Amino acid sequence: MKVKLLFFAALREQLGRPAEELELPANVNTVTALRDHLRARGGAWANVFAPNRPVRAAVNQDMVQPEARIKAGDEVAFFPPVTGG
Amino acid sequence: MKVAVQREDFDLGAEVRAISRSDKVGAVASFVGLVRDVRMTLEHYPGMTEREIRKIVDEAAKRWQVMDCTVIHRYGDLQPNDQIVLVAVASAHRGDAFAACEFIMDYLKTRAPFWKKEHRAGGATWVESRAADDEAAERWKQGER
Repeated sequence: MKVKLLFFAALREQLGRPAEELELPANVNTVTALRDHLRARGGAWANVFAPNRPVRAAVNQDMVQPEARIKAGDEVAFFPPVTGG
Repeated sequence: MKVAVQREDFDLGAEVRAISRSDKVGAVASFVGLVRDVRMTLEHYPGMTEREIRKIVDEAAKRWQVMDCTVIHRYGDLQPNDQIVLVAVASAHRGDAFAACEFIMDYLKTRAPFWKKEHRAGGATWVESRAADDEAAERWKQGER
């Protein structure tokens, strides 16, 4: 299934891209599984998605927990804890 | 209810007047956040930012009497002393206006997808999130107020 990934702030800089379209294997259907899938790319991806890094996720622009499901066509965003206001 | 995410500056007086027109309004509480010390760049998640702020405003309107409300948050490059954020709440009485204004501001700091990058002499660094901000938002859940 195809999803759209977005990266913001420090993640965007470390990964060197703001967005990408990605075809996922059928078993990568949660936010946690997607994190693991991206971490396996190695290099900056392994650092950014290391288990101890405080990465937040949103699916279709709603903040979600790691166990949230992902389906075809979703917009999945990864970013650091927010610092606005 | 107005939610705006914009590069441009805002006029506190004009925004307060705009939510004060009804003769039922007896109180307007407003908060303005300013850039302290250093130049910064604010990044946000277009679309989600507006949605999150609207959710926070809706939640405030369930808890308190909110007759009108304006939230403006800027992004892009900002200088020390620039205005970053405005929350203004109109209500019949001051208690509701004060509480709703503080609630919206506390939740905005922990929920709205903004990220600050500070530009100092030694280079640019992303601001780390603060535990104190999480605690400020958390106390509204515990009913301490």
